[in-house]
Amino acid sequence: MPSASPDNKAHTSWLWSNHFKGLVSIMYKESRHILRDPKTLFLMLLVPAAQLTVFGYAIDMDVKNITTYVYNQDGRAESRALIDSFKNSGYFTIKETVRSDDEIIAAIIRGDAKIGLKIPRNYSDRLLTGEHTAFQILIDGSDSTVAMQALNVSNAIALQKSVGLLSTTLGGSARLPVEARPRVLFNPDMRTANFMIPGLAGIILQMITMLLTAFAIVREKETGTLEQLMVTPVSRLGLILGKLLPYGIVGIFETISVLLLMSFLFQVPIAGSLLLLSGFTLIFLFTALGLGLLVSTFAENQIQALQFSFFIILPSVLLSGFIFPQESMPTIIRLIGQAVPVTYFIQILRGIILRNTGFEDLWMHGVVLAGMGMFVLTLATLRFRKNLG
Amino acid sequence: MDSVIQVKDLTRRFGKMTAVDKVSMEVEEGDIFGFLGPNGSGKTTLIRMLCGLLHPSSGSGTVLGHDIVKETEAIKRGIGYMSQQFSLYADLSVMENLRFYAGIYGIPRNERKDRIESVIDIVGIGDFRKLLAGNLSGGWKQRLALACALVHQPKLMFLDEPTAGIDPVARRDLWNLLFDLAGQGVTFFVTTHYMDEAERCSHLGYIYYAKLIVYGTPNELKALPDVTPEGTARYEIRVPRVAMAMRHLSDMPYVQDVTIFGDALHVLTEEGAERFLLRDLGQGDFDGAEIRSIPATLEDVFVTLTHKRAKERARA
Repeated sequence: MPSASPDNKAHTSWLWSNHFKGLVSIMYKESRHILRDPKTLFLMLLVPAAQLTVFGYAIDMDVKNITTYVYNQDGRAESRALIDSFKNSGYFTIKETVRSDDEIIAAIIRGDAKIGLKIPRNYSDRLLTGEHTAFQILIDGSDSTVAMQALNVSNAIALQKSVGLLSTTLGGSARLPVEARPRVLFNPDMRTANFMIPGLAGIILQMITMLLTAFAIVREKETGTLEQLMVTPVSRLGLILGKLLPYGIVGIFETISVLLLMSFLFQVPIAGSLLLLSGFTLIFLFTALGLGLLVSTFAENQIQALQFSFFIILPSVLLSGFIFPQESMPTIIRLIGQAVPVTYFIQILRGIILRNTGFEDLWMHGVVLAGMGMFVLTLATLRFRKNLG
Repeated sequence: MDSVIQVKDLTRRFGKMTAVDKVSMEVEEGDIFGFLGPNGSGKTTLIRMLCGLLHPSSGSGTVLGHDIVKETEAIKRGIGYMSQQFSLYADLSVMENLRFYAGIYGIPRNERKDRIESVIDIVGIGDFRKLLAGNLSGGWKQRLALACALVHQPKLMFLDEPTAGIDPVARRDLWNLLFDLAGQGVTFFVTTHYMDEAERCSHLGYIYYAKLIVYGTPNELKALPDVTPEGTARYEIRVPRVAMAMRHLSDMPYVQDVTIFGDALHVLTEEGAERFLLRDLGQGDFDGAEIRSIPATLEDVFVTLTHKRAKERARA
């Protein structure tokens, strides 16, 4: 047993005995962990798909069936035609007809109504005599998405009515002097899914890859195996890369499953180059793995890892432009959003998937992502000491 | 190279707390060095410094001839380390754990198989090759941990409470294993709380509140003047109803210390107190007592030294 041995070095290349010592062993071991535990595999591959499916259906900003209370003081044909216009637009459901303003307000407070439509007593009269008239829309502003939709649609209804009336009075040839003729270039049906799902894919990929990596390292802290590794001659880079690379491969599989779901379940076709998309995704995965490693250097246990991850996940969801457009954010908030890697990846995803944007327009995003990845990984590697402190 | 471990004034502070305070000592090749001390006294911190896991705040030392601050990687190649908690991969099999450590230590591929088989032989874990490490019992887990720590043929092994929480038979077997390996020239640095294990060590050190109070062979420690001060003697008294006898004797002015050892009492008294003991036991209705003079045990050593230091600390 004695007469030990350290001169195995002669057998191995200098590269191995130095910077990457132990890489292959760690990678092999890590892959064993992944493949052995069905729970982990399940978490890795099914959860992203399930999240995409659930969120993909849930996040829909096209608000339909807005509950509406009607207070019709007029009651004649013209007013009934107006109510029908609301009904037929498909955006409103007339839930109740009431007899006072107070009832509408009360219904909005209760949450039974999102809007109230109030038609004044002389509505039909004034229309017939060609006078100016108005109906009132009371909108519950506490849900801004619904409020915005209600406002837009009721304006459009009023406009349509006005144009219709003008053309009858002026004899068929009435036209508005200025008219906008929008043509939506990409995503012509303006489906929320097309807009949301590529972003969602980015968010989910980042979250899962980051959490898995952080957990994998922190778990070794918890069980004491990391300490055991630290007394071996394994190199820092060998240890770190050996842990990251297997999860990078998992990330690639996740990307594929998420993209497949997006194309086939949600019918969001990929307009641009698949090769380009793959290239940028690899850069992004590298950054997400780095984030996971960084989180693991702060956390002592898996609960902490989860808590720290939320510092990254929260701005990723709220400030990256995934849901709320960055243009409308105050400068400070927008800058925070721009410090989050997924912000750039979402722009890349939307560009390639929806608009067929090419490399020449996206390379800057790629450079920023790669830079962030390098920064995060360097920081994490420096923090990841091979001793206890 | 005779000194496997040599440290001078080794100190480690965590903030204001001093975990290891100016420890100087030497461990020689082939020693089984037992390292004792209450929980939190600094044992693990010292081991971590010797393994290159922690840098000392001050002081210096060498392990296997390598500097413990500058040459930690060289130290790591030559030592084996078994920590308090089970730190193998529970979801990997016995073989997979061994292969992993053989790989990590850079054992060339063509030698790996032989090396692994040889440590499997040494710890006798051959029947469990395919079993997941997590499903092994406590004693076998420790054997596997030992096998993993031995696979690169270290010259020096650090074992941090290797027998905590395993059954007496497994404990005994593990120690026999250590003796075998020590016989082949491996040096051991073992921490323990068990006195019977301490008795088996060739050398002992006792650390208390970060300070190494004594170190030497078990016999040297038992002969320390602090343990059996001049003018005192130790006796073993065999007597029925030991607990009541203990209460009775502890009130006597010439008795300095009484403890129960199984069905007997160990007392520390003024020299030549046998006749007083016999008289007082008789008066207390404890007839038929047998008294004989005994040397100090290791437990006496550590208890006496701890009490002495505690009193000194209280005074300070």
